[in-house]
Amino acid sequence: MFDFLEGYDLIGAFWVTVQLTLFSALFSLVWGTILAGMRVSPVPLMRGFGTVYVNIVRNTPLTVIIVFCALGLADVYGVTFGAGTDDVKSQYFRLAVFGLSAYTAAFVCEALRSGINTVPKGQAEAARAIGLSFTQVLTLIVLPQAFRSVVGPLANVLIALTKNTTVAATIGVAEAAYLMKGMIENEAALVAIGAVFAFGFIVLTMPLGLFLGWLSNRVAVKR
Amino acid sequence: MSSVLFDTPGPRAKVWNIVYTVVFLALLVLGGWWAIAKLQDKGQFEAVMWKPFTTSEAWTTYLLPGLANTLKAAALSMVIALPLGAVFGIARLSDHRWVRSVAGTIVEFFRAIPVLLLMLFASQFYVKYTDISSEQRPLYAVVTGLVLYNASVLAEIVRAGILSLPRGQTEAAKAIGLRKGQMMTIVLLPQAVTAMLPAIVSQLVVIVKDTALGGVMLGFTELLNSRQTLSANYANVIPSFLVVAAIFVILNFLLTTIASWIEGRVRRGKRTTGAVVGVDEVEDLATGRAI
Amino acid sequence: MNFRKVGAAAAIATVLALTAGACGGDDGDNGSGGSGGDGKGKITVGIKFDQPGIGLKEPDGSFSGIDVETAKYVAKQLGYDEKNIEFKETKSADRETALANGDVDFIVASYSITPEREEKVDFAGPYFLAHQDLLIRADDNSITEATDLNSKKLCSVTGSTSAQNVQNDFAKDAQLIERGGYSECIGALQNKVVDALTTDNAILAGYAAQSQYKGKFKLAGLSLSNENYGIGVKKGSDLKAQINTALEKMVSDGTWQKVMDDAFGPANFKFEPAPQIGQLK
Repeated sequence: MFDFLEGYDLIGAFWVTVQLTLFSALFSLVWGTILAGMRVSPVPLMRGFGTVYVNIVRNTPLTVIIVFCALGLADVYGVTFGAGTDDVKSQYFRLAVFGLSAYTAAFVCEALRSGINTVPKGQAEAARAIGLSFTQVLTLIVLPQAFRSVVGPLANVLIALTKNTTVAATIGVAEAAYLMKGMIENEAALVAIGAVFAFGFIVLTMPLGLFLGWLSNRVAVKR
Repeated sequence: MSSVLFDTPGPRAKVWNIVYTVVFLALLVLGGWWAIAKLQDKGQFEAVMWKPFTTSEAWTTYLLPGLANTLKAAALSMVIALPLGAVFGIARLSDHRWVRSVAGTIVEFFRAIPVLLLMLFASQFYVKYTDISSEQRPLYAVVTGLVLYNASVLAEIVRAGILSLPRGQTEAAKAIGLRKGQMMTIVLLPQAVTAMLPAIVSQLVVIVKDTALGGVMLGFTELLNSRQTLSANYANVIPSFLVVAAIFVILNFLLTTIASWIEGRVRRGKRTTGAVVGVDEVEDLATGRAI
Repeated sequence: MNFRKVGAAAAIATVLALTAGACGGDDGDNGSGGSGGDGKGKITVGIKFDQPGIGLKEPDGSFSGIDVETAKYVAKQLGYDEKNIEFKETKSADRETALANGDVDFIVASYSITPEREEKVDFAGPYFLAHQDLLIRADDNSITEATDLNSKKLCSVTGSTSAQNVQNDFAKDAQLIERGGYSECIGALQNKVVDALTTDNAILAGYAAQSQYKGKFKLAGLSLSNENYGIGVKKGSDLKAQINTALEKMVSDGTWQKVMDDAFGPANFKFEPAPQIGQLK
């Protein structure tokens, strides 16, 4: 029944999906945290930049952002992310990671910012009272608590990111959706192929959701 | 300017803030200048690239019909997904176990699959089992995919909203003798929806953005798809992407603005204290769902 | 107590309904997509919308290109007035489905006749013989045969077979960059991000002939494959014979030559003479 799978590297394609997810998750967490820091910082210009960034990126379709990474960053700006000019495969993989991170970071930022709001005022006030600076208040007192309270929302961002990696197929990154498109073109078994890939994504996202749900309950700050 | 995170700046802090501002501004200006110079260098600002957007033809032939389809698909999906999401959200809280588990399975299933796959399935389903005309099929498929996915997410938002309400609301409703259905529709749901409005709105923005997926594989002539036809004519790929991105940003900005205006009215008009409690927590729970 | 909330909800619903209604005005057409070729009603033809020289939707809403002209001629021979032709976009992946579902009566969309496709649809023609070729910058003399592509960068449309052909058969070390459409590739070619763009020479010539690109690009002049463009009809349809007759007349009365000269003259593209109906190369 599944003989149409023969000759296709299904595992390999999903491995690329996993890699895209992991790298983008890492970078978007870092960049999203920096953005969140900017959005609550004392410097008005940084707050403004953070707000504008989040509102533009969140309101643009991911497809547009990913395609722009190829047409803009690669074609116009010649960005290779150190991949070397003769290694197009890694260059486009990195471009996709960049696009996914830039997009996801806006959501990470918003999740973190609301997490910051859940930290009781007294915490920050006490920190200020003992003479900590803004950066210290943020990194030592507020963010550690904020992170724990936003594990749930961040888990949802991560799951969405996993599914969003399919958009990387638009610029030829050979992940799961790319393989699926090719298989649909070559084989006459659309529904079966679709079912296999849907199953693959369920296998990836459902345990992730359950694990992070459990984690979020464990680390939640009880107040 | 002060917030809970920092004091009103003193003389030294003021100096530092100015230094940070200047450094950050310099970085921004440098980055921006580099970006623009490179674009200029590659001839992306030449009049011939942008002139098409000043002609009415570019809009009436390509962009506006595309935009109309984007809006149509988004509006239909919203109108169907909102009530459906509410129904499933309530069903997940049902007293009957089988209702809970069925609703839960459906919601979890559709949340786990990429929307693009759902759209492809829907399209094939309509080809095989219905006689919807080919004109309408891409629209149906796009709307179906968007509804299945977003109704599931909305269901979760509604559920979180209801769970966040103080127990007293339920108890009071029971005490005055309301039936389960009445309690849900006149006490819990309105408060939950109010509390979850920000999350619901960001999910509506997702719907608008995701209509673009229909252009990729289903041949749905939404905005991004019309852009391709447009730039085949005018050979202005990068400017056309910038224009389309701007349209999406403006569209979603309008959506969020209208929604927050409605939200403000709803909040101001509130006479209960119920929904105000826990609003923040609920928003926090829900942020990040929408992506 | 809930009047305001209900009011707000109603406001949202009204706005949405208005938007939906306002946008729904353009599909009042009685879309008789699959009505077949009988009578003097409408006939629906599948074409490409985004390929200059082949099938292109012009800014004024009209259509141009060799596929469009061929379709118009054939439809006229079948007894349809030009204003009763309805053109529909059929992207490469949709073509078989569109015919099988009766969404379109026939398809003229740079549709190569292949054994796999002949299992699903019937082909009239061929009406044009194209070859897979490369589009390169006009000042680039380093690519004269396919093997020159090794270590060079090649652009094609995501998942297209022509790119796979090059990588599998002609130049294994070529670096493949994939984009959503050919116009995205052209920009990369112009900016020297890629060295060549590959697909059928007729499509490439269509781009090279566009006023914005005139003189900037040239065809490498390779014949990496034979692409017999046919007119796709539903399996078993009696349109096939009628279309073949129309195509023969198109060649014999000189219309064919005129259409091709008009389309490809500006690109200086030397196309193959009209193929014999039913003869694949």
